[in-house]
Amino acid sequence: MHRRYFVKSGAVALVTMGLSPSFLRRTAMGMDLPLAQKGKVLICLFQRGAADALNVVVPHGERAYYQLRPNIAIPQPLRGTGAVGSTGATGAIDLDGFFGLHPSLAPLKPLWDAGMLAPIHAVGSPSTTRSHFDAQDYMESGTPDAKGTSDGWLNRYLATSGTCEQCAPTPFRAVAMTPQTPRILEGTAPAVAMNSLDEFAVRSVGGDQAARLEALYRTGSADLIHGTGQEMFEAVKMLRSANPTQYQPQNGADYPKSQFGQRLKQIAQLIKSKVGLEIAFADVGGWDTHVNQGGATGQLAQRLDDFAKSIAALANDLGEGMENVVILTMSEFGRMARQNGNGGTDHGHAGAMFVIGGSVHGKKVYGKWPGLEPEQLYEGRDLALTTDFRSVFSEIASKHLGATNLGAMFPGFTSSARLGLLG
Amino acid sequence: MQRPIKFVVAAAMASLTACGGSPAAQVEPAPRMTAAPQDQVPAESGPREQTADEQVNHLLSRLTFGARPGDVEAVRAMGVDKWIDLQLHPERIDDSRSDQYFAALESYNTSSQELQRKYPPPNQLLQRLQAKGDRSRLSAADSTELREATAGPRKVTIEAQSGRIDRALLSERQLQEVMTDFWLNHFSVYIQKGPPERYQLVQYESKVIRPNSLGKFRVLLEAVAKSPAMLFYLDNWESQADSNRPRLVPLPAAGRGGAGRNGRGGLLTPQQQQQLARRRGGLNENYGRELLELHTLGVDGGYTQQDVINVARALTGWTFPRPQQGGGAFEFNPQMHDAGAKVVLGHRLAAGRGIEDGEDVLDIVSRHPSTAKFIAFKLARRFVSDTPPAELVERADETFRRTDGDIRAVVRTIITSKEFFSRAAYRGKVKSPFEVVVSALRALGAQPDGTPRTAQTIATLGEPIYGHQAPNGWPETGDQWMNTGAILNRINFGVAIAAGRIPGVSPTSWKGAESLQNAPIEQQVDGVVGALLGGGVSPDTRAILITGKNPFLASAAALDATPEKARPKEPVDPDEAMMMLPEPGARPPLRGPARDRAFGKLQPPFKGLALIVGLAIGSPEFQRR
Repeated sequence: MHRRYFVKSGAVALVTMGLSPSFLRRTAMGMDLPLAQKGKVLICLFQRGAADALNVVVPHGERAYYQLRPNIAIPQPLRGTGAVGSTGATGAIDLDGFFGLHPSLAPLKPLWDAGMLAPIHAVGSPSTTRSHFDAQDYMESGTPDAKGTSDGWLNRYLATSGTCEQCAPTPFRAVAMTPQTPRILEGTAPAVAMNSLDEFAVRSVGGDQAARLEALYRTGSADLIHGTGQEMFEAVKMLRSANPTQYQPQNGADYPKSQFGQRLKQIAQLIKSKVGLEIAFADVGGWDTHVNQGGATGQLAQRLDDFAKSIAALANDLGEGMENVVILTMSEFGRMARQNGNGGTDHGHAGAMFVIGGSVHGKKVYGKWPGLEPEQLYEGRDLALTTDFRSVFSEIASKHLGATNLGAMFPGFTSSARLGLLG
Repeated sequence: MQRPIKFVVAAAMASLTACGGSPAAQVEPAPRMTAAPQDQVPAESGPREQTADEQVNHLLSRLTFGARPGDVEAVRAMGVDKWIDLQLHPERIDDSRSDQYFAALESYNTSSQELQRKYPPPNQLLQRLQAKGDRSRLSAADSTELREATAGPRKVTIEAQSGRIDRALLSERQLQEVMTDFWLNHFSVYIQKGPPERYQLVQYESKVIRPNSLGKFRVLLEAVAKSPAMLFYLDNWESQADSNRPRLVPLPAAGRGGAGRNGRGGLLTPQQQQQLARRRGGLNENYGRELLELHTLGVDGGYTQQDVINVARALTGWTFPRPQQGGGAFEFNPQMHDAGAKVVLGHRLAAGRGIEDGEDVLDIVSRHPSTAKFIAFKLARRFVSDTPPAELVERADETFRRTDGDIRAVVRTIITSKEFFSRAAYRGKVKSPFEVVVSALRALGAQPDGTPRTAQTIATLGEPIYGHQAPNGWPETGDQWMNTGAILNRINFGVAIAAGRIPGVSPTSWKGAESLQNAPIEQQVDGVVGALLGGGVSPDTRAILITGKNPFLASAAALDATPEKARPKEPVDPDEAMMMLPEPGARPPLRGPARDRAFGKLQPPFKGLALIVGLAIGSPEFQRR
């Protein structure tokens, strides 16, 4: 059976010539790598532009918070309004008496209640940079203040760990629902970047155009363009045979029509299509709220509304499958503790992340809270950092994916504290 | 520090508000400060590794957006060096054809303010509709109203985006267009920043960037710094002194109307005074930071967070009025300006000064050695290689410093260098999506089509025009453009051309196609390869285009069929490799309507010339320049 398919596919010739698609070739060379745990999926969601962590996971028990942000602070949880997040509620949704969620994050509250949601506060990069590009670069390379790193930490994970024992090699082991391969997935291990599943096909039928096009990329040249083209043709074939287009979300999951919502829906499709997805990535912009960011309503509230509804739909759609899935959200840094003169916030330091999954020890806000009094602020202006993002990444990689190669993923870093998010 | 620069920019900015000027005047470069003796930087001489024909192809692939039919012959006739010299002087090139085209486009002959007044963003309507909740609750009347109200702003967007494509298609001043593209990416702005941004884009492109694209860097930098497009995009228009800092002209106490003055000496309305008062303490570092990090010194250029703050302070009061109502031209507002003393990159700026603070900052950063190095590196990367040779960057850096930032001189150093004409540089760059699409259209003699379709195609390929949200612009190296999804989109673009689905261009009616229509296939292939790929394809590629058979795979298969011991050393045991393959298709492939739903309506097979053109555009060779 195997052999028949193999010979028929003509892949023997390619493999023996060293011209196999790179996902095969690289897997072949990495046969002795530590193996991933079967069926585990990590979904990384990047909020580009630096989300205002203090208005996302709101320290409503902190007096200084309200002093620093007279116009844009999220009011304390309203008492006597019944269900949190009910329509018209403009206060924070209380989590533990001290922290609360922005009211637009109401769709995530059921995940908290189910013990699947773990916010982490005062987390981020130890680098002092307040540049979006540097900070995104560091968060994706996983090497703060080292610009020379050529690959992303998710790619280093892929490159230094094999797929699980019974798992077939697949071009869809790592997929970014983005037009370009994101920094976090750049590197030697192959990763697919795409706008949407629908677009992932050669738009021609009949005749032999597709075959001729493929032949043009298999002329023995091993450069970037030919190699990428070969990978693409393999991936198209595999996706077509997995048929993810006959897709109906389950459990009444209602994805927003936004690009972000639709991209999360397609990640769910890929997971359920069983094409071997292990790492998924998507990003969403609009968080750089220097001006008029609003409070419980307004600009940031709208961004969070889409963000929360999309993630809630994904978790809902995956249902029981969330046992094998961890969703990790991140943003390059937080924003200044004090509001600026334009009803917005300028670039800050530490931020917040969400870790969501069936195996996550949720219903707890993680991270040591540094406080917002003047002497507690970083450089007198920003939320101070108490958790290095690499601690979070390392813990998820090892406890969820089974990574044993943390030294290669985060060179020079030894996590000082275990958060206890998983395992 | 030098001052005369101010007048030039002031003149250029003043012309921003004028509209309906003669089209020819609009593409004239801004008056230059001097006769620019620095421009006499000699062409670099020395042996060139590329053959004469390769040099011609190379120039057309790097200094233009792709060869049109006849371009190769024209460059050859003029001579490579003379042609370079001419392209470095766009003012000497007649461009009446593209001037005529743009004379007919409203956005190019209307001020930003007028455009915004005429086609206002439907803010109030949107708010009213938003209040209704989600889209599903909109009535048919709502939808019609929305469609009508957004048609105007949409037209503005389409003209701004298509204008970039059309100028790249039509202009004879191709190097100037390439440089315009380079600087628009270096000084990137984002169309979705907010309602006023889109109305500013055509002015930004045609009055701020293009006229200065081969001029003095210092002049370009100030034109950008004073442009409403950049002032709005990076928030400097509303950045003002922090509350603990002295203002050049104090704000009147809130509520006591009549005492305030606006930047032009007029009185502030009570409403404006209130706005200003409310915004006390509003330093915004956004532009100050990107000015240092992205526009001049570069991220490792040697500045501190304190420099960022002080640059931002120096630039407080650089603003433009009423952006939400169409805005006006640049003005300096002394009530917003932080008049305290500042130190920027070691230079002391005395207290109590006004617009000179910002001008001095532009002097300081444009003459900083890190800026010369950063710009030299970026230009060498654009024109020569993703990893430009260090010696070349050094020489370009040296030219920048010697000529006080004369862009034309720096470009000349680069494009006449031996590194530029090296074998390693030939076809060594990966085209951006914009370059893929425009070079295909140029090769096939396409005409501007007046639809947003081409701009949409470029967006699909990953590079929406004015669509890069972050201020660092689009990637400038090939590795960032190459991934499986991107290459698939590029192949599909070739299919779309072959199918005649790209307006303004036909796969079979370009100049030269006529004689190929009924020619033998070998001749057709060679004709297409000549027009689209500069003639340079491997024998295998040519064979595939002619026969559909892949000689390389055929020989590989033959090799595979040879006895075991004769095989080359295998990287993997076939039995192990077999285990790695997925189970054969458990589900049947898509067919019929399901397939159409999944992948879009598919085309019938193409034949003949159209097929060859489609394949050539989708080929690996076409992705290079």
